[in-house]
Formats: sequence, C-alpha cells, structure tokens
Amino acid sequence: MLVAVIVFPGTNCEIDTKYAFEKLGQDVVLVFHKEEHLPKGTNLVVLPGGFSYGDYLRSAAIAKFSPIMKAVISFANEGGKVLGICNGFQMLLEARLLPGAMKRNENVHFISKFQHLRVINNHNDFLQKLEVGDILNVPIAHGEGSYFIDQEGLNELYANEQVLLTYCDEKGEVENPNGSIDAIACITNKNKNVFGLMPHPERAIEEILGSKDGVKMLEGLIN
Amino acid sequence: MRVIVNIQLKEGVLDPQGKAVHHALSSLKFNEVQEVRIGKQIILDINETDKKVALERVQVMCEELLANTVIENYTIDFPAC
Repeated sequence: MLVAVIVFPGTNCEIDTKYAFEKLGQDVVLVFHKEEHLPKGTNLVVLPGGFSYGDYLRSAAIAKFSPIMKAVISFANEGGKVLGICNGFQMLLEARLLPGAMKRNENVHFISKFQHLRVINNHNDFLQKLEVGDILNVPIAHGEGSYFIDQEGLNELYANEQVLLTYCDEKGEVENPNGSIDAIACITNKNKNVFGLMPHPERAIEEILGSKDGVKMLEGLIN
Repeated sequence: MRVIVNIQLKEGVLDPQGKAVHHALSSLKFNEVQEVRIGKQIILDINETDKKVALERVQVMCEELLANTVIENYTIDFPAC
C-alpha cells in the first residue's frame, strides 16, 4: 500500500509518521505541499502534525490553500482514505472535510503528555482492530486542541457514529485535558473515509517509547 | 483604503484566553470587570476607492480565510481618514 505523507512548511511529524507506516510494512512517500498531484496509486493520505505556517492566524488556516490540498480534497471526496493527526486534524477542520472547529486549550497551556483514550466506536477502518471501551495510552501535544461543534452538529456526529475516541483516565472515566466538547479526541466524516485526531498514534508504536497502542489504530487503515 | 476587520469568538463559545485574563484582572483587584473576551484585529490597506466594492471583497476574505465562521464572528469597519 502507498501512503502519501504531506509536508507543509512547519510540519514536524512527517519523519515519525513515515517511520511508523514503514514499520508496518507500507511504502511511504513524503509529498511537498507545493505539488499539485498525489503520487499515482496513493491509497492513504496522511496530514501529519506540526505547526504549518507557524500557526499564523489560526492553526492550519493557511495550509488549506497549499497547492496539494486541492488534490487531497478531491481524493477525500472520491472516497480516498485521509488521516489527519494533530495539526493535520486542524487542517481537515479548516478545509471542512470534517465538521467543527478547534479552539485554544481551555487552560490556555500547550499540553504535551501521555493521555488515555477510550474507543467509542469501531465501525470504521481506523479503529476496526479495537473494541468499543478499549483504553489506549497515546501522546498528545497541542495548544489548540479544544474541539468545538454546535449542538446540532454534535447530535449528528453521534447519530452517524462519527465520534471515535474520547479523552479519559486510565480507568476509562472522563478526563478532559483541553476542554473539548464531550472530551472528543477523534472524529470521522459521514462517509467514514476521513479521520482526524489530536493524539499522535505514530508516537506510540514501540514499547521502548512508552506505548504501542498506536499500532492497532494505524493498522486499521492498512489493507 | 484602510479596512479594519475585528474577529471575535461567537457568543456562547467559551473564550479561554478571555477567562484567563479576567482571572488575572480579578487578582489585581479590578473587581468591576464582568467578562473579558479576546479577539483579533486585522488591518488591511487595499487598492480600492469604492467602499461598497471593498466591503464585498473583504467579506469574501473573511469567509474564506480571515475568520473561521464555525466559531468566530467578524465585523468590517472603515475608519475615518
């Protein structure tokens, strides 16, 4: 399978992301944001974490106008699988491929730590290898990760099984590090081919680094 | 022509920066402050003499880039020269 990892000015997780998918046996190409086309035969596009365009104006506000994003948006609209991690999640929101918006963390601090997550729904590619109620331990690192959506939008997310992960403590009780509505950490679109999450599964693939809970998540996108 | 765009979080969307500043003002004994909301101001100098055209163009700029209308409102002002 061919994974295209998009690199914007200010992206800083592309090498980790490439490493993670290579470790899972996949071919990975880094694609510069100025390209207008995705590599032929791309099966999965990953928008990695970082600080594209220095987070100027709003996180990911400017990245959505990069030349490659037109190709990414049509890829997604044609049913192609897209994963946005952290800044990549913010891009998917700004590009309206996912509903809602990201705000500053409620405590106004940049948060960088391991965080437990609870699997809410596994009727999708991304979390198909996990069970509902599973507790994962995956790093988060963001300053603007407070997910917001209006009540109507939130109801729709639940009705369509689009809420995939929430923040919790090690026992699975709600623990909300950033003030996200309903402690939401990961969502998908209606068609369940676009996935966005603030936590970094690519940083949780080896026991020596504290957790390999990210493996089962990323494996779900491989077929 | 100078155009000033003010961007604010919508009413009902919690403003954590405003809350933190409010807290700091309270600890400085400015107890009369009821609420603080923080926004941003973008000052544009644009090549246009027709105010109506300018307004329309800046509205598009706000919708497409300057504001995220999911959570933010914007106002467009023309300061007296």
